[in-house]
Amino acid sequence: MAEPAIVFREVHKWFGALHVLRDVSLSVASGEVIVVCGPSGSGKSTLIRCVNALEKVQQGEIVVLGEPITRPGVDLSRLRTRVGMVFQSFNLFPHMTALRNVMLAPMKVRGLRAAEAEEIARALLARVRIPEKAEHYPASLSGGQQQRVAIARALAMQPRIMLFDEPTSALDPEMINEVLEVMTDLARDGMTMMVVTHEMGFARRVAHRVAFMDEGRVVEEAPPQEFFAAARSERAREFLSKILSH
Amino acid sequence: MDVSVIVDNFPFLIVQGLLGLGGFVGGTLRLAIPAIVLGFALGVVLGVARLARARWVRGPATAYIELFRGVPLVMVIFWMWFVLPQLLQRPIPEYSVALAAFVIFEAAYFAEIVRAGIQSVPRGQVEAATAVGLTRAQSLRLVVLPQAIRSMIPSLVTQMIVLFKDTSLASIIGYVDLTKAAQIVNNREIRPFELYLFIAVVYWLCTYAMSLVARRFERTPA
Repeated sequence: MAEPAIVFREVHKWFGALHVLRDVSLSVASGEVIVVCGPSGSGKSTLIRCVNALEKVQQGEIVVLGEPITRPGVDLSRLRTRVGMVFQSFNLFPHMTALRNVMLAPMKVRGLRAAEAEEIARALLARVRIPEKAEHYPASLSGGQQQRVAIARALAMQPRIMLFDEPTSALDPEMINEVLEVMTDLARDGMTMMVVTHEMGFARRVAHRVAFMDEGRVVEEAPPQEFFAAARSERAREFLSKILSH
Repeated sequence: MDVSVIVDNFPFLIVQGLLGLGGFVGGTLRLAIPAIVLGFALGVVLGVARLARARWVRGPATAYIELFRGVPLVMVIFWMWFVLPQLLQRPIPEYSVALAAFVIFEAAYFAEIVRAGIQSVPRGQVEAATAVGLTRAQSLRLVVLPQAIRSMIPSLVTQMIVLFKDTSLASIIGYVDLTKAAQIVNNREIRPFELYLFIAVVYWLCTYAMSLVARRFERTPA
């Protein structure tokens, strides 16, 4: 098997006195789609935010694409061009059009000329199925459209890994599918993805593996069929009964 | 009401008092415009510095802001006029004193407006900029400041208007601005009603023009 894309080794993190990640060890293979789920406050968002170093860990090691990122002197900018991230609240830049949002990083980080960046950006907006919204400002787009622009923006740096932090939690129900479809396309194209979500249908259909977190620990990890049919831990069964019954 | 006093002294009031192109050192606009530009520029630097992570940057910026917000403008002008020449052992011209005092003093206020504006930009914006690989300086310049400035505009314009009107304080060191020019004319003509009404209208027209320009900026697309 090829070298894993992401490895967490005995990772601990504290926010002040709060111990938010407790001895997390987890490995994500290249091309794998892993869904991280668990009750709120279980540390799942914090966990994926460590992968692109938006959060620092105090103990343990994280290796991304063969590079240990928890040591001092790591080139964080390079790391972040190889790891794209999509946020719950989209976080599009409101003073730029959809197109400009996607063009910004290729121009400012990779130093591409505007024409090249625009070509990439238009292709990506087509890939997330909203080429006609290129000149729109975020305020005039629906939540689902904004999130798809955000996905295009993250893809613009041609990352090898994509992180999704509850990408559909802020969306109206009728817009969730358009975002999940784009994510499913990405998964089919072989992107390595780490997805924090409560969309268990997506997990069942697309994920290769589900990791269940509780109180800062990865309590269990299993292929989705196995996890949904027969979760091993009491906490996971309890969690599933709550979110699947509504 | 006798408007002839205005008509006769119009060149002195406007050319000398408002524009500063007469025989005396003075001019309201000649002081206000560079003071606004330079004071705002210094204010941006101080406002950003006040939010810096490094304590050796944040500390001095905070101290500067607290110091100059805590003392009266007139006192800063007096310091520049009486104390600084003694320390430097040479005289400083009125215009330099007035401009320096306004820039130094007003920068503290602009800095607080800039800080509040930057803090009003949601954290997620910086995170998104960071996540696509922008450096801290790039995310400040390309993502945070353009949004912050927009939310700052109303407070900035208010502060610029305050600064514009406060330039009349420069007359205490003999700087002939619009107010001082009216005072000089009045000493000779004794027409306070006409003269002070006239300069009130001039001040108001200038500040109202500033408000109108600001409103256009606020309306440009988000």
